[in-house]
Amino acid sequence: MSTAMFGSGIRRREDPRLITGAASYTDDLTLPGMLHAAMLRSPHAHARIGAIDASRAKSARGVVAVYTSADTEGALQPSPCAWLLPDSDLKIAEYPCLAKDTVRYVGEIVAVVVAESRYQAYDALELIDVDYDPLPAAIDLEQAGGPDAPRLHAEIEGNQAFHWTVSGGDVDAAFANADVIVKERILQQRLIPTAMETRSAVASYTRASGELTLWNTTQNPHIVRFLCSLVTGVPEDRLRVVAPEVGGGFGSKIAVYPADFVTVFCAMKLGSPVKWTETRSENYQATTHGRNHVQDVELAATNDGRITGIRATVRAGMGAYLSTAAPGIPTILHGLMLSGVYDIPAIHEEVYGLYTNETPVEAYRGAGRPEATFMLERLVDVLADKLDMDPAEVRRKNFIPKFDDGHDVATGLTYDSGDYEQALDKLLRHADYAGLRAEQEEARQQGRYPGIGLSTYVEICGLGPSQVAGAIGFQGGLWESAIVRFHPSGKVHVFIGASPHGQGEETTFAQIVAAELGVSPEDVKVVHGDTDNTPMGWGTYGSRTTAVGGAALALTARKIREKCKVIAAHLLEAAVEDMEYEDGNFFVKGSPDNGKTIQDIALMANVSWNMPEGVESGLEASTFYDPPNFVFPYGAHLALVEVDAETGQVELKRYIALDDCGPQINPTIVAGQVHGGVVQGIGQALWEEAVYDEDGQLLSGSMLDYALPRADKLPEIEVLSTVTPSPHHPLGVKGIGEAGTIASTAAVYNAVMDALKPLNAPAVDMPFTPERVWRAIQKGKGN
Amino acid sequence: MFAPEFSYHRASSIAEAGRLLAEHPGAKVLAGGHSLIPILKLRLAAPAVVIDIGRIPEMKGIAAGNGTVTIGALTTHAELASSEIVRANARALAEAAAQIGDPAVRNRGTIGGNVAHADPASDLPQALVALGATFRLTSPEGARSVAAEDFFEGLMTTSLREDELLTSIELPAAGPGRGSAYAKLAHPASRYAVIGAAASVTVAGGKCTAASVVLGGLTSRPTRAPSVEASLVGQTPSEAVIAAAAKNAAGDLGDDLMGDIYASEEYRKAVAHVWVRRALAAAAARCAG
Amino acid sequence: MTIPVSIAINGRRYDREVEPRLLLVHFIRDTLGLTGTKVGCDTSQCGACTVLLDGAAVKSCTCLAVQADGAEITTIEGLADDGGLHPLQESFWNKHGLQCGFCTPGMILAAHEILRTNPDPSDEEIRHGLEGNFCRCTGYQNIVRAVRDAVQEETS
Repeated sequence: MSTAMFGSGIRRREDPRLITGAASYTDDLTLPGMLHAAMLRSPHAHARIGAIDASRAKSARGVVAVYTSADTEGALQPSPCAWLLPDSDLKIAEYPCLAKDTVRYVGEIVAVVVAESRYQAYDALELIDVDYDPLPAAIDLEQAGGPDAPRLHAEIEGNQAFHWTVSGGDVDAAFANADVIVKERILQQRLIPTAMETRSAVASYTRASGELTLWNTTQNPHIVRFLCSLVTGVPEDRLRVVAPEVGGGFGSKIAVYPADFVTVFCAMKLGSPVKWTETRSENYQATTHGRNHVQDVELAATNDGRITGIRATVRAGMGAYLSTAAPGIPTILHGLMLSGVYDIPAIHEEVYGLYTNETPVEAYRGAGRPEATFMLERLVDVLADKLDMDPAEVRRKNFIPKFDDGHDVATGLTYDSGDYEQALDKLLRHADYAGLRAEQEEARQQGRYPGIGLSTYVEICGLGPSQVAGAIGFQGGLWESAIVRFHPSGKVHVFIGASPHGQGEETTFAQIVAAELGVSPEDVKVVHGDTDNTPMGWGTYGSRTTAVGGAALALTARKIREKCKVIAAHLLEAAVEDMEYEDGNFFVKGSPDNGKTIQDIALMANVSWNMPEGVESGLEASTFYDPPNFVFPYGAHLALVEVDAETGQVELKRYIALDDCGPQINPTIVAGQVHGGVVQGIGQALWEEAVYDEDGQLLSGSMLDYALPRADKLPEIEVLSTVTPSPHHPLGVKGIGEAGTIASTAAVYNAVMDALKPLNAPAVDMPFTPERVWRAIQKGKGN
Repeated sequence: MFAPEFSYHRASSIAEAGRLLAEHPGAKVLAGGHSLIPILKLRLAAPAVVIDIGRIPEMKGIAAGNGTVTIGALTTHAELASSEIVRANARALAEAAAQIGDPAVRNRGTIGGNVAHADPASDLPQALVALGATFRLTSPEGARSVAAEDFFEGLMTTSLREDELLTSIELPAAGPGRGSAYAKLAHPASRYAVIGAAASVTVAGGKCTAASVVLGGLTSRPTRAPSVEASLVGQTPSEAVIAAAAKNAAGDLGDDLMGDIYASEEYRKAVAHVWVRRALAAAAARCAG
Repeated sequence: MTIPVSIAINGRRYDREVEPRLLLVHFIRDTLGLTGTKVGCDTSQCGACTVLLDGAAVKSCTCLAVQADGAEITTIEGLADDGGLHPLQESFWNKHGLQCGFCTPGMILAAHEILRTNPDPSDEEIRHGLEGNFCRCTGYQNIVRAVRDAVQEETS
């Protein structure tokens, strides 16, 4: 096997267990004597809790226990927020694991039933009587911060969780001197991440040893161990967290959740293993949501289309409590990206994080960056329209010129590398952009309404340097770790702290090792997800696992190689300086046929019969890699739609994605990430929306109402790429997990608005339901 | 989701089902389960007794003869959609069945369960009314026939009595020059009908001699569109005539429309004619052949 | 109240006493421990629980175990003979038709249903045939390719 493994689209080693039903997800686990928990959830968005009478439930068949907040007093600390945004007047409301005297969103946990079966546990939920005294709810984001809004937390004025500002350059001057100013109010609707696997926890506690094992649907088991220890008091060395097979996360499995801690509490209290798995309806109510911004944004520009400034005020709905990483999403991951791919000298944004009586909001694929990209990409199109310029031309005019080792933008970030114009040019060539515009003109003559939408983006990922993490208030590091262990037979074990859950890193990481050490990827096993047998790591989110964990792994493999070279020199009785390495073979310069294979050396290192002086036995190395900077993947996307002006229905006809994530370790997996990401972004533009009524009831509370993308509504996604290595990364790679989502919502949105242009329709809030489009068309007609 | 407890009886004949229904007032009837089981899982119903009629052989099968097509109440949506008899005689029904849910749902859900449940967002009721179907209902006291139009009384209510079982559905066989079709705006999540339009048209000598147009999805029960029908009869069913006739649909719908967060009453009323037009055009095109 | 049922799953007969309210999917997963079949929703939308009942795809979350009494069920664990891979499993693997894998058992059985009723489907027919199965990872693209690929393998 050779270094050709890097860049090969080999099929995934994860798949055999997944396609045969052999994989084990959390809910698939059964332990002897296991009991089942069910959560009693608030039916009210905001209410005082009076008496809770669980006596009927406690005596129901199969019920073992019912607990309320009074039972967990002292045993469970509040569920923590771990992103303490600096300089923002951050006010964290206490988030009790079981509601104490007030419930603040529909779905908040009021009590837990533990029973011998799930059926019995759900039967008993109906037997708990709770006196609620309903209170008015704060739902509307535009009013939640106002003086008349119901207050969620007594001590927090104006429901304001934080006020955060990013500023660079002289924005006031930019707007004072602008030839043109364009403004938009943009609603980034609430979305429900909808990983196909709902959340689940199995907790098992051994009283004799004080040891707790928690199997959990999480993207970051080591963070869960850290925070679970703080909340439950179980020391970290007695606490094992396992993320078994995890069925997607998309950000919703980053946070730690009250239900998991309650499950742990039940297992500790009862001394029996306890399983809790949410239903999909519970998932929609209680697992974190995403997006939820009201954005007021304006762009200053010259008459020839040069952007001179951007100014924005964003109200970000946080829900009833601050979820684990929530404060960083609409701020750090959003506001710092407001320059996008453009050279914008002056930027100013104010973000108000507001508590509302809704499900907490967290990261959702893209997390802050789609919201930033959308603002910019929409405004660029509005500017193009105002100046009667082609949207591609306005973009080209404002691109940051090609750079390969650092470019500073006004928000204070230093991008690593990029050639944005090349990306757009390649996209437009592939699409035959001029041809599409000509066809559009022709179709319009025939009374049809096709639209072409562009979106060019850059994103920040590979989070990130730990020093920066500290500076931005993230209560953890952001490095990753890897251990590479060679066995005597030449097989390799890799242990990583990150926790992939569908992204395929068991395969790509094996390819990295294969490329670095010249072994077959078949001989490399990648272990992750169990805090007892993997080194510390901060998890899989923010497109960071390959970018940060992959670097840790590559550097570890290189340490192995260096050690092998020393042993090989000893065995070949040559000087280390005279040794050469090629594809797993170590040899004296000029004698490749008389070398030692890495497997030979692994055997010797393990048996250690004949080692060079001062060299330790065994063949194992580890690295804790803290990246010097973030990585900045980018790209250009094009969507082609057609609007039925009679009904308002939108059909997505074609979608082309060009993404640059640097060198691709496995192009098949990269394309798969693009497909999935693009479709989630399309979902936001066309179908998905979490809707609450004014009382705080979630109207889109099941898959009957919340419209997910389906196979029959999508075209084949055309995938293109360019390759711009990151200058600071050992492999040059950037991330790709979120890229598609970051770009595609704006591309589809712009395409629909482009289609509606001849109809004079005003801007439409997402998603583009037929009715919304139809109403905009009626308005355009003056109806 | 976890259904509440109930006791279960399986009927092996219509007679046995009738006896069980008489013995257990308030019992729910289980056919394919695609209407009842979701309700049980959501605990929207908690019947003490469920009577499973899913295996009664007399209630299965599709047959044609004497100018009538007889469809057993246990016929699945998949069977309706693929039946040559149904496609040849009642294309609107086959098309409506083919657009219910998804393949796995269509493999289990039955015509009898669907119409007895009378969900206003369902597809089959409007097709059956447009096609002039008759429902055969039996009880220990005997059997009776009810026209589809009279069967659906309102939101999830029918003329089916608690002791009665819907056993079969009869349709007039297609005569010469008759065609039918079904067109639907599906909800993007549930796939239920936001607007469902069924049309049956007869053409003789180039003129429309009879038309039956029924809308569902947007009213509490299937709603006939008499002005649409009237403006077609006697006319040559050209594209323009059909479009003009379809425009009358809004007036026929009245003011008691249903709306939701996806599509308001106003929107549904304003655009319903588009699906009426599509159904009519497809039905008319089939009249020749 | 419990009812005796006899259900053959993947060629093996299981005789059990079950509560009438027990869903087929819980019978398969919890009573028998065959956890390849998944639950992804509670409203019959997502298709993760798809199994074959007497050869045809059904949603096992919308079927009572008592309704399946006497039936032959095939789950993902029993799709292939002799512990090998069914051509659809092979094509899902070859075409990267899965990521997190949670929807995959149901998706493969939904694909099986497409080919059972239409041995040579177009891409559009494949997409239509997958309308009752959600995947949140792949954007469906490689799933469609996998089904197409399985058709080509069969016909070549």
